[in-house]
Amino acid sequence: MNKLTLWFHKFGSPPVFHRIGGLLAPWLFAAALVLMAVGLYGGLVLAPADYQQSDAYRIIFIHVPCAWMSLFIYFFMAANAFIALVWRIKISEILAMTSAPIGAAFTAITLATGALWGKPMWGTWWTWDARLTAELVLLFLYLGVIGLYHAIEDRRQAARAAGFLALVGVVNVPIVHFSVKWWNTLHQGSTVRLLGPSAIDSSMLWPLLVMALATKLWFFASLFVRARNDLVELEAGKDWARKVALGEGDGA
Amino acid sequence: MSDFLAMGGYGVYVWASYAVFFVLLAIDFIAPRLRRRRVLAELRGRLRRQQRKTQENPSP
Repeated sequence: MNKLTLWFHKFGSPPVFHRIGGLLAPWLFAAALVLMAVGLYGGLVLAPADYQQSDAYRIIFIHVPCAWMSLFIYFFMAANAFIALVWRIKISEILAMTSAPIGAAFTAITLATGALWGKPMWGTWWTWDARLTAELVLLFLYLGVIGLYHAIEDRRQAARAAGFLALVGVVNVPIVHFSVKWWNTLHQGSTVRLLGPSAIDSSMLWPLLVMALATKLWFFASLFVRARNDLVELEAGKDWARKVALGEGDGA
Repeated sequence: MSDFLAMGGYGVYVWASYAVFFVLLAIDFIAPRLRRRRVLAELRGRLRRQQRKTQENPSP
């Protein structure tokens, strides 16, 4: 085996993942909180008010990073579900299933902050337009995956069924992303572009990107903490899990 | 300071958005920690029961 496959197998082994995840999670949480403090200081204090929306636009610093996360996490969940279905890797199964509640939380934040932004700017909390509806469907997909996973008694069968649903639902991800281009919608188009210049001033852009990084780190921190629980539960019969439960070392 | 809180008259919307964000992150932070306690306690209980069983019926 070459070095990479060896590393993959080692990190993919439940006790090693349990230990490394436990070591990383607190640092990821701390880094996420520091970045949030920096990003929100930049967004709420340093960035100037918008010429059209005045201070209401400041919702962007949580709405947009959370919307990006709702799509990123779905993609991450579907990729892991695919790996789990094809190669039956236990860690991938767990990662796919643990990302669902975190993704659902970010999607719910996106919808709620969108409504809170829509009311003063558009004059309505909600409208059945393409972007909003597709994002709502994304929330239902997350809830469907969570529900299916908990409806089946056998954990591994449950993960396979829910993983399949996650994989089918991935068709919604490009629909959310391109909805503002494909249909005439009330929702504005993308302001931040990977290719070409962004339609946003740098004083507003950098807090947005810092918040995007912060939410990403938060996701991985939360993912590790949740995956550790599932690992102990799934491997309850194994020696390392017993040691963890009895407080004799961290398992590896 | 009150200017900052007023957010140009949009204070309610802006601060409600930030409240939603932090409340959901707080739940996301606490929920798995409560679950961990439950999972470990359950596993300890199972281990104790197994131990008692082997003490009552020692294998020959």
